[in-house]
Amino acid sequence: MSKARASLTRTSLVHLALISYAIISVFPVFLTLINSMKDRNAIFRNPMQLPSPKTFDLVGYYTVLGQGDFATYFQNSFIVTVAAIALVLLFGAMAAFALSEYRFRGNTLMGLYLAIGIMIPIRLGTVAILQGMVATGLVNTLTALILVYTAQGIPLAVFILSEFMRTVSDDLKNAGRIDGLSEYSIFFRLVLPLVRPAMATVAVFTMIPIWNDLWFPLILAPSEATKTVTLGSQIFIGQFVTNWNAVLAALSLAIFPVLVLYLVFSRQLIRGITSGAVK
Amino acid sequence: MGSLQLKSVRKSFGNVDVIKGIDLDVKDGEFVIFVGPSGCGKSTLLRIIAGLEDATSGSITIDGAEVVTVPPAKRGIAMVFQSYALYPHLTVKDNMGLGLKQAGAPKEEIEKRVAKASAMLSLEKYLSRRPAELSGGQRQRVAIGRAIVREPKLFLFDEPLSNLDAALRVNTRLEIARLHRDLKATMIYVTHDQVEAMTLADKIVVLDAGVIQQVGSPMELYNKPANLFVAGFIGSPAMNFIEASRVGVADAKTIGVRPEHLALSRDGGEWQGKVVHVEHLGADTIVYIESEKVGLFTVRLFGEHHYAVDDVVYATPAAGQTHRFDADGRAIR
Ligand SMILES: Nc1ncnc2c1ncn2[C@@H]1O[C@H](COP(=O)(O)OP(=O)(O)O)[C@@H](O)[C@H]1O
Ligand SMILES: [Mg+2]
Repeated sequence: MSKARASLTRTSLVHLALISYAIISVFPVFLTLINSMKDRNAIFRNPMQLPSPKTFDLVGYYTVLGQGDFATYFQNSFIVTVAAIALVLLFGAMAAFALSEYRFRGNTLMGLYLAIGIMIPIRLGTVAILQGMVATGLVNTLTALILVYTAQGIPLAVFILSEFMRTVSDDLKNAGRIDGLSEYSIFFRLVLPLVRPAMATVAVFTMIPIWNDLWFPLILAPSEATKTVTLGSQIFIGQFVTNWNAVLAALSLAIFPVLVLYLVFSRQLIRGITSGAVK
Repeated sequence: MGSLQLKSVRKSFGNVDVIKGIDLDVKDGEFVIFVGPSGCGKSTLLRIIAGLEDATSGSITIDGAEVVTVPPAKRGIAMVFQSYALYPHLTVKDNMGLGLKQAGAPKEEIEKRVAKASAMLSLEKYLSRRPAELSGGQRQRVAIGRAIVREPKLFLFDEPLSNLDAALRVNTRLEIARLHRDLKATMIYVTHDQVEAMTLADKIVVLDAGVIQQVGSPMELYNKPANLFVAGFIGSPAMNFIEASRVGVADAKTIGVRPEHLALSRDGGEWQGKVVHVEHLGADTIVYIESEKVGLFTVRLFGEHHYAVDDVVYATPAAGQTHRFDADGRAIR
């Protein structure tokens, strides 16, 4: 206990820093949330003020939900994000396992090749991707988005997961081989459960850019049936007039699904971040 | 059942030769120990036998059948690892039964064999626990149990005791010796600890730098080491090596005398010297002596003896207990 008391100042400084960072991070979200529940005048006159009985107004939400297609947009975003995460995790983990477990010619080169994807933005290839999608008839389908996002997420996934997989004990995998487990069983039953925290980390890092992306939905899938939430919200932003109530309401609504996904992964994620510290 | 032959087995990682041509015959029911310093290729050789690593060249036969292309699970072997390597998400019972389950054995058969193995190792109470809820010694017993359940032709142990504390190590060593007697199975055991090797083995294989230095029973290695390496590696404290010219032996380069084969006296003897350090171990007294004639050497006396630093003493090698080595380090007989 004496040790804890001695570093009290240090602890409080650390907490002060963390709390200020948390406030700075949460503030824009907070602002979006409170303003989404105010009337238009109040948003502009007193953006910092909490909604009062006089200024409280859910007109933004009525507009967004009354738009009718918003449920579809949400569904599209959700399908695209979940499917892309699943594919990124599956293929990323398999590639990472192969790179970290097997010695084969070109192993290092292959690892570098996959890692280069982290540094080169996929958007540079937009034109070629669009041509490809047109040629394969995938324009205006969710499949197009899922494919692009999977490609976008895999490099980082391979990079992070192969580092983690190197730490899984060779003896354990060898014990599995002697007990007659196939390489697939070793991967799915022994290795994956042990790198679960890393998988959660990758899932969160993959999820957020996909959910927020405007670029590829706009280019590859702008049709009414395949619009995502981010793209759907754009109809309220006009060149001359912007329906701020609706934009803020749409953004507020868009936060919730990510929040749910995040909570699903967060327990694992925290274990992933602190795994070095406690083990 | 349970014999093993290795013929000119070699292994290189890239252009580093780790195993440089090993020939070995292990008979059914033998307890063979590979011993050698860290990094000499013991584990690599064991993994090659298990099929976890491909030999670069050479042939491996188990029970007369060539197994080079046979996967580990089909070689009829079981392996116990230094790090236990238990499946963290399975209970003790499932850990032990997994190999049989994968091989498609009927449930009753698995139950029966797990029950038998856990009785042998007094693990009955822990069958439903997970590895994380066991102590180190218990985990190692589960790992041994997992090997027993497979009823293999060949048991392979890779430094199974080196993660245990000293007391537990002795107990587990006894347990492994008892298992070998009860099961009458062929066992190959890797260790860098020569005491483990001497106490357990029917036959010791001394390895250094990927080459077999000598194969023999513990007493053969102790009494007739084939070269300087084996002479220095087997026995503790290590053998004293003295330049032959300093003691007037003409037909050898080096002579070796074990510390326990030197008699010590205050009155007179062959090598005069001064005591530089004394270790009292109760049963033994180890005396380090600096001598002008032969340099620093060690004497092991049985029981308690009272020598002090700087005492002048005389050491005399016991008759017929000196070893002679030629310029290449080979023993001269
Ligand atoms: N996968 C590997 N790649 C490259 N070198 C290896 C590999 N495994 C072992 N070695 C090398 O082979 C030598 C023998 O290793 P090992 O068999 O583990 O030694 P021991 O078990 O006797 O301590 C060591 O020098 C080690 O660096
Ligand atoms: Mg080893």
